[in-house]
Amino acid sequence: MEKSKWIEMYRTMRLIRLIEQRINDEYKFDEIKTPIHLSIGQEAVAAGVCIHLRKDDYVFGTHRSHAQYIAKGGDIKKMIAELYLRKTGCAYGRGGSMHLVDPDVGILGSSAIVGGNIPLGTGTALASKILKNDRVTVVFFGDGAADEGTFHESLNFASLKKLPVVYVCENNFYAINSHQLSRQVGDNIYKWAQNYGMPGYRIDGNDVLEVSDYAEKAISRCRNGEGPTLIECLTYRWKGHIGTVDDVGDGYRPKEEYDYWVSRCPIKRFSEYLINMGVLNSELIESIDREIYSLIEEAFNFAQNSPKPSPSELLDYVYADHTG
Amino acid sequence: MPWTTIQVEKLDNFFIMGDSTGNRVLTYREALHEAFDQSLARDPRVFIMGEGVDDAAGIFGTTKGLKEKYGADRVFDTPISENSLTGIAAGAAMAGLRPILIHARMDFMLLSFDQLVNHASKWCYMFGGKVTVPMVVRTISARGWGSGAQHSQCIQGMLMNVPGLKIVAPATPYDAKGLMVSAIIDSSPVLFVEHRWLHKTTGHVPEELYSIPIGKGVIRREGREITIVAVSYMLVEALKAAEKLQDAGISAEVVDLRSLKPMDENIIVESVAKTGRLLIADTGCKTGSAASEIAAVAAEKAFHLLKKPIRRVCCPDTPTPTSDVLEKAYYPTAEDIFKEAVNLVIE
Repeated sequence: MEKSKWIEMYRTMRLIRLIEQRINDEYKFDEIKTPIHLSIGQEAVAAGVCIHLRKDDYVFGTHRSHAQYIAKGGDIKKMIAELYLRKTGCAYGRGGSMHLVDPDVGILGSSAIVGGNIPLGTGTALASKILKNDRVTVVFFGDGAADEGTFHESLNFASLKKLPVVYVCENNFYAINSHQLSRQVGDNIYKWAQNYGMPGYRIDGNDVLEVSDYAEKAISRCRNGEGPTLIECLTYRWKGHIGTVDDVGDGYRPKEEYDYWVSRCPIKRFSEYLINMGVLNSELIESIDREIYSLIEEAFNFAQNSPKPSPSELLDYVYADHTG
Repeated sequence: MPWTTIQVEKLDNFFIMGDSTGNRVLTYREALHEAFDQSLARDPRVFIMGEGVDDAAGIFGTTKGLKEKYGADRVFDTPISENSLTGIAAGAAMAGLRPILIHARMDFMLLSFDQLVNHASKWCYMFGGKVTVPMVVRTISARGWGSGAQHSQCIQGMLMNVPGLKIVAPATPYDAKGLMVSAIIDSSPVLFVEHRWLHKTTGHVPEELYSIPIGKGVIRREGREITIVAVSYMLVEALKAAEKLQDAGISAEVVDLRSLKPMDENIIVESVAKTGRLLIADTGCKTGSAASEIAAVAAEKAFHLLKKPIRRVCCPDTPTPTSDVLEKAYYPTAEDIFKEAVNLVIE
């Protein structure tokens, strides 16, 4: 991978982190009237995967999909406006944080039903196959989705039809507050791939270079018509399941576990690596942050000053308004 | 004789009169086959999937030979994963294709509600029309020969409660072809409700491709004293009842809604304005049924026109029994419609 791409991945992770911190800070003012699920601590997965995707490739995210939307190149102003439920939002204020969309960059909508996006992404991959194009789909989901039938049904179908889809499991060990081991027999989600006839890997989801390596291989397999891959990325969310709560030490998650994962911060690790490699320095770090902060400022200004939808729009879009 | 080949279908070839001009006669299942064949030929985005769609029987003959004609990429068998297959169809639709997903039993569709209700039906609204889901879910209900509680349900009423999902329930060969074409070209998800006892129904069907507006009903038989609104297969029973009512000196009007959602409310109100009496015949269980909704529409919009209370002829609120004796008691027939109609008009 070229060094410019390293910086791009670093910037993407930093962009996700700083946007989410700003969301976290603004949430208390109660102008963002939608449930939010922050990905702080999990940035490397979206950044390492999406760096290899084209604009016309598809991604499907979940209720926790800010990171994927940002990494895939979704419009930031429209995303923040959507969080503020404004008419200028990416879904005109109808979706909120859990339902982000930007078809111009292949984001066809995120689902807030656990595992619900896995069939959808398998379906866009089926379309690529039927239309004989080389567009790849990546579906992001959590460890909780591996509890669902859709995970198993979709992997089977994708393998059967050799579909160009990469299943990226962001295993942060918790479905709300339920630990993986209280829900699943074993802790090897990636091993399901073996029975479903596709490569499956478990990797360090806080190491953006490792994520990028495995994603690159999986995506090129898709482009070559070799079928799907499952990548289980071990990672950790720093915040509680929903909102801005810090649930560590409240009987939910042990402090030692949290401290361990914070010490493995994906951004800190990558920036240290880049500094050692002579690619990043404090000047560049500052200028990237400056650029990001101004982008964030602009997006929040845009959102906060945008109009809300009018009640007269209530009944719009129940059905598509055209035939084809 | 094995269960699958015996006549779960209706034995008599009920002929629908005056449905269209021309004298080309097809059965309901032939009309559907023609709709698929012509749609696959017309539009490369159309494809058909479902358990058994490419086998020798071809979903009661309706998809027979289509794989050979259009290839295994466009007509193919699927795993028995109703929920994910529904989502896969939805995803393919989002990417620009026009999938037709077939459930050979309507009961099986119950496994797919997450993808149908939470996803496909909500996508257009949730994302402000930026992503649409032009897919058809075709389901087939059966009746009789011990189909039992899990192979005979008609749950269209349940699904009328799902915003964003259109529902059609054609009862004639002409409508089967035209509404299948409409469902395919519509850019919203459309549920195509079909009944096996209609498969052998015959009627006039033009050879050319045509569509029928979704949400538009028709008067199947003009009458003055009572309106019978019939859903899906119950149209056949209603037309038979109307014939018998005429012999008894009662003039019944038979309304075929054809689409359940959106529903042609005007045709109900206009007919009731004429007759002052309303009987509704539905294939589903009574509570929360399509008949319930039709009755609600009439109560809201035509109460002042009604001379008598509304009556519903539906299946009782029990699972379908398998015993032939209980089955006979379970299903309403033309005779039940006749009796209720007589009560409404004479008493």
